[in-house]
Amino acid sequence: MGQFIDRRLNSKNRSAVNRQRFIRRFKQQIKEAVSEAIQKRSIKDIESGERIIIPRKDISEPKIHHGAGGKREFVLPGNKEFLRGDKIQRPPTDVGGGGDESQATNDGEGLDDFSFYLTKEEFLNIFFDDLELPDMVKTKLAEIPSIETVRTGFSKVGTPPNLNILRSFRNAISRRLAFHSNYDKKIVKLEAIKKKLLAQKPLPEKKLAAVDADIAELERKKKAVPFIDSFDLRFNTRAKRPKITTQAVMFCIMDVSGSMDEQKKELAKRFFILLYLFLTRNYQKIHIIFIRHHTTAKEVDEQEFFYSRETGGTVVSSALELMNKIISERFPTADWNIYVAQASDGDNWNADSPLCGEVLTKSIMPFVQYYAYIEIMPRHHQSLWKTYLTVQEVYKNFSMRSISAVKDIYPVFHELFKRKTT
Amino acid sequence: MKKKHPLPSGSEWNFETLKHYEREISRVAAHYGLDTYPNQIEVINAEQMIDNYATIGMPLAYYHWSFGKQYINVEKSYKRGLMGLAYEMVINSNPCISYLLEENTLVMQATVMAHACYGHNAFFKGNYLFKTWTSPESIIDYLVFSRNFIAECEQHHGIDEVETLLDACHALMNYGVDRYKRPQALSLQEEKARQKMREAYMQAQVNELWRTIPGQTKTPEISRQEQVHFPKEPEENILYFIEKNAPLLEPWQREIIRIVRKIARYFYPQRLTKLMNEGWATFWHYTIINTMYDEGLLSDEFMLEFIENHTSVIQQREYSDPHYNGINPYALGYHIFSDMKRICENPTAEDKLWFPELANQPWQAALDFAMRNFKDDSFIAQYLSPNVMRDMKLFSILDEPENNELIVSAIHDEDGYRKIRELLSSQYNLSVIEPNIQVYDVDVRGDRSLTLRHIQQDGKPLSDTTPEVLRHLHYLWGFDVKLESVTPSGTFVGSFECPEKPPTESGA
Repeated sequence: MGQFIDRRLNSKNRSAVNRQRFIRRFKQQIKEAVSEAIQKRSIKDIESGERIIIPRKDISEPKIHHGAGGKREFVLPGNKEFLRGDKIQRPPTDVGGGGDESQATNDGEGLDDFSFYLTKEEFLNIFFDDLELPDMVKTKLAEIPSIETVRTGFSKVGTPPNLNILRSFRNAISRRLAFHSNYDKKIVKLEAIKKKLLAQKPLPEKKLAAVDADIAELERKKKAVPFIDSFDLRFNTRAKRPKITTQAVMFCIMDVSGSMDEQKKELAKRFFILLYLFLTRNYQKIHIIFIRHHTTAKEVDEQEFFYSRETGGTVVSSALELMNKIISERFPTADWNIYVAQASDGDNWNADSPLCGEVLTKSIMPFVQYYAYIEIMPRHHQSLWKTYLTVQEVYKNFSMRSISAVKDIYPVFHELFKRKTT
Repeated sequence: MKKKHPLPSGSEWNFETLKHYEREISRVAAHYGLDTYPNQIEVINAEQMIDNYATIGMPLAYYHWSFGKQYINVEKSYKRGLMGLAYEMVINSNPCISYLLEENTLVMQATVMAHACYGHNAFFKGNYLFKTWTSPESIIDYLVFSRNFIAECEQHHGIDEVETLLDACHALMNYGVDRYKRPQALSLQEEKARQKMREAYMQAQVNELWRTIPGQTKTPEISRQEQVHFPKEPEENILYFIEKNAPLLEPWQREIIRIVRKIARYFYPQRLTKLMNEGWATFWHYTIINTMYDEGLLSDEFMLEFIENHTSVIQQREYSDPHYNGINPYALGYHIFSDMKRICENPTAEDKLWFPELANQPWQAALDFAMRNFKDDSFIAQYLSPNVMRDMKLFSILDEPENNELIVSAIHDEDGYRKIRELLSSQYNLSVIEPNIQVYDVDVRGDRSLTLRHIQQDGKPLSDTTPEVLRHLHYLWGFDVKLESVTPSGTFVGSFECPEKPPTESGA
């Protein structure tokens, strides 16, 4: 009698570790394939898997066997026309040979490469491998949580400053009501007796006096119930809780003026998408603010940022000032790590550039973790670049690059955010 | 035909019906005298089946990237519909574990149970190779032990280190089996207990071999002449030789080599009996299901589906078919076994001449004897009948490099039977299929270089993967490695070396 076991519900991924081992071993090839894929594919669907091709020879597990050549004699099935001694022209390649293993496999090898699909997760993992936002040190430090106090209801003990008067009085009133009611009932009864006694003729003086005394006693006792007692008191309590300070806000600033043609916008978009992906992946708590500008700046949502069209002149400082305003209103620098990524073609109204430099150095750079500026300009740089160069001299956390083609994006991205070794 | 209560039919199965079928199959198998291990039948889904494929059929295995590669490969072809999965997989263990794919229809499940749980199972238990080379009682435990041991090594020495070692072992896995010596039974308890002892002992042995006695006055040249050849006899088990003698390996590395060796040994009989094993199992599923039908247990619909499946299993494409993929072991094995049965029951004059020992004998005993005492090559040499050769229209081709034409050297006629039988037999002979390579010499007192010897057969050269494999061997040995090819008469043909050297030999 056989024993039956239903294994279908057992975990399936017995080979998951082996798959990881495989990816680990061919990390280099896979990485190359991934960065090539980044350059080629539209980044809108970057969050999908990727087909990876590895040359067959890199992946082969060599074994010794017989090579082609030598004398062979082998048996085949399905003879229809041959007699002993018949001669057959040797087939051009050794397709017809078909000895069990030797020839066919030798020639088959190396022709098709080994290909497989990375899952979305594996793809992103490799893509973001050894990339990290700068100043992770600070973020790391922030993991030692700063403490914040939160209201957590009321307690019976506490210090006078925390006394909650409303609660305390409410308790006092109910307590007084409760204690009084007992006496009140008795007094009502005694009053009723007294009424009866008063109705009697002759007046029972003695009894009346006794009832009066009782009532007086009860009234006295009633008065003795304290207006407020120590156990009426309620105090506000507060608990200490770790405060999450790893929150970061990322400003994406893009020039959408007339001088930014579709192609440049496309480049900028890709840069931001990469950043965006990176951030959403590495930080649970991250705000992203999108600011687009031409002569005036506007805070927009993601969809509008990337996909709506506008044209006009260029005043970069408008965006910087808007950002400054947003920071001071919504993102107190004590609580937020602020990162800025700006993309532009370098065009700016000449008189505006010095203003940009001033806004940056005075009111933005001191509060910002990192400021990345990419200029999409294959040719010469303009006034904004020069201004920014002076900013870079003063602030180490300001970095700028110039890119000219889609394929430059990944290296720039990589370099901007590469893991700092120190 | 007596009418019995028929078994449930239809294509849907559940555990009740499976049990029902299994009971009947078991009864019929016992009636035919099949001696089997107890069965443990596990129903698994497609993904789990791919998992099993990935680890070359080990129900559990240590971790290695090549298994991941295998998994990706199988999964890919399966998902694209390029390949179907096997309906079952069966593990040579006691109890005998069979995996049934959940997608199988009821007919398939019944067929597969007869095929694997009784056919293969009886073969595992009865065949002499499996008896001597494997110990099904402890294989699962041994696999657990090996996985844990290797995981431990990974922790201590790093994944890379272990991976490189395993790569090297895998490259030489086919040369990790004693082909001529009989092994001792593999037992887990001893394995574990002796492992530590072995470490110390082996290291000592190795040290002994490599010790250079201080004060030795002879010059190296003289001592080399006087000194005995090491190893005394050529060693065909290269991994074994490395494990015992490589100078620089650490104990844990030797243990891992041993693990790979043991696993190679466990699978060795399967490589030697592919044809017989499948032929035997196919013969028995056919016989058992037909017997059940004759008893009135199975419906006609059941039989139609069964026959369709069976026919596709034993389909043999002709050499000229574009889908020709070698000789189908299921077909050839099945034909030989069923022809043996025919010869026992209804021998012709030709059969009486060729198989006097089979004609008019009880067929069950005859088949049982064949199953127990042969492997693929000897089985063909003994039992391939002219009748089967005619049915399969076998012919042979001679391909000599110096001729521009291929020559038909034999066909399925009176003159050709023996030649075809002999050729087909050698086609299944591992020592013909695989190049004959042995450890020949170690320069013990000199540069410690290792020399292997390849005895070339029929002028067949080694594949161009050889230098790659030598690199792995070099990693294991730690000193220069050389592989010489010689003809059977001893004439030098060529050599590979690792690391590769300029052609001029530098004498000391």
